Amino acid sequence: MNPIFKSHEKDFMRIEADQVCVDYNGTVALYDASLNLKAGSICGLVGMNGAGKSTFFKALMGFVRPSRGKIRINGLKVNQAQKEQSVAYVPQNEGIDYSFPVSVWDVVMMGRYGAMNIFRIPRESDRRAVVHALERVDLLDLRERPIGSLSGGQRKRAFLARAIAQRASVLLLDEPFSGVDVPTEKLMAELFLQFRQEGHTILISTHDLNHVRDFCDFVVLINKTVLAYGETSEVFTSENLNKTFGGIPPNPLSGPASSKDFINE
Amino acid sequence: MSEFLISITPIDWLLDPLTHDFMRRALMVSALVGGVCGLLSCYMTLKGWALMGDAVSHAVMPGVVVAYALGLPFSLGAFVFGVGSVALIGFVKQKSRIKEDTVIGLVFTGFFALGLVLVSKIKSNIDLMQILFGSPLGISRSDVNQTLIISFIVIFILLIFRKDLMLYCFDAKHARSIGINTGMLHYLLLTLLSLSAVVGLQTVGIILVVAMLITPGATAYLLTDRFDKMTLLAVISSSFSSILGVYISYWSDIETGGSIVLVQTVIFLIAFLFAPRYGILKNQTFINNN
Repeated sequence: MNPIFKSHEKDFMRIEADQVCVDYNGTVALYDASLNLKAGSICGLVGMNGAGKSTFFKALMGFVRPSRGKIRINGLKVNQAQKEQSVAYVPQNEGIDYSFPVSVWDVVMMGRYGAMNIFRIPRESDRRAVVHALERVDLLDLRERPIGSLSGGQRKRAFLARAIAQRASVLLLDEPFSGVDVPTEKLMAELFLQFRQEGHTILISTHDLNHVRDFCDFVVLINKTVLAYGETSEVFTSENLNKTFGGIPPNPLSGPASSKDFINE
Repeated sequence: MSEFLISITPIDWLLDPLTHDFMRRALMVSALVGGVCGLLSCYMTLKGWALMGDAVSHAVMPGVVVAYALGLPFSLGAFVFGVGSVALIGFVKQKSRIKEDTVIGLVFTGFFALGLVLVSKIKSNIDLMQILFGSPLGISRSDVNQTLIISFIVIFILLIFRKDLMLYCFDAKHARSIGINTGMLHYLLLTLLSLSAVVGLQTVGIILVVAMLITPGATAYLLTDRFDKMTLLAVISSSFSSILGVYISYWSDIETGGSIVLVQTVIFLIAFLFAPRYGILKNQTFINNN
């Protein structure tokens, strides 16, 4: 167990979702979704667009209230876990105003707000956390730049650094690889493996099956509900993928590979 | 008049108005109100609440009239109707399929019309022109006190919550994900908007107060990429506009509210043209060089 985590966190499942149902004005977006993730694991959340991936994330972050079921993070209710800074969320960022007058440093410092007092005046420890986070995503040199002047990949890394600075034990990443350049993708993949080593629990929503195969220990296949859940090698069968993608299995690997290959990996 | 203007020195131009009690009061109140509205204008422009500012400032009209009629502090009535309009906008939007900007326009014109009707019906010594266009030169002592109190409340709250409100404007989702109560921040910002509209209408009146709540922020936004600098520039440009506007109004005998807002607009235009990074002339040079 990594010493950065609070002692009470080690006794619990990191993420526990039990028969979670979410509906929007009567339309069911997700039903009976259950999930248990332990410390030091990376889990891929895979499904088509509209299959309920974002809804599941929103429920885990408390942005939508489940109509049924319960969610615990480190054994705490979601809002308590958030107050304890146990969970960090890296959004897709399509809603961010990139002409907002903040620097990269300011954005990453926002990850520390929850741990600061009401005036949000950074202490030395907060600054250290921000420097450390910026170093890990290789953006320390650009810390004074306005957030809007960064490239797409750099922006992704800045928001990842914000989550790192939060020092949360659970990381939720919404489509972290969409629209990033190759160096950023490589850097993020390496980081995720380091996080696992350090005892973090990572839930990644993605539609790219390559990434799941490459470094996810567990995978959740989702289509309005959890179709299959378990270790990647067991769950990634063509039958399951067929179910997930409604009989039209995506073929992420160009060339001869097919979804069948996942089983043998 | 023009011969008179030429004959005075710049020092006289600055000092002569200060010999009058009413001018000292007007300058102090205008500068303070300018600063408060300038501070808030950063949040309004970044959050995209210009229309909301317009709505709230118009909606306080019946509150002012009712308060005057009942002999209550005008700020109380204005505040109640300002917050009430916001609550009503939220309610109608949630309960109907009408889009938000339509709801905002609908509610504030309704409130404003109610205010006009009330003024014509309640035959008291309410001066419609004073409410609509403000009159910092004729501001009373009790009004000065109200303005001082409200201004300091707004400044105090903004000092405490400035980072949280900045984060709320930038990325409300993140704010929520780290356990910050964004619902509270939403209503706090709306409350500050109502309070600022109340003090702003003292100097420039209901119709132009929205300018105080967006123009300084828009000007500052063109000049910097840092939030702290932006608030500082907005406050400075806003207070400066208010003071210069009052002076010009005094010497040229023109309407004070219009004078203040016109100065603000001119400053905005200068920034729009010549801002180092975001001015349009800068872009022009850039294109020519290539």
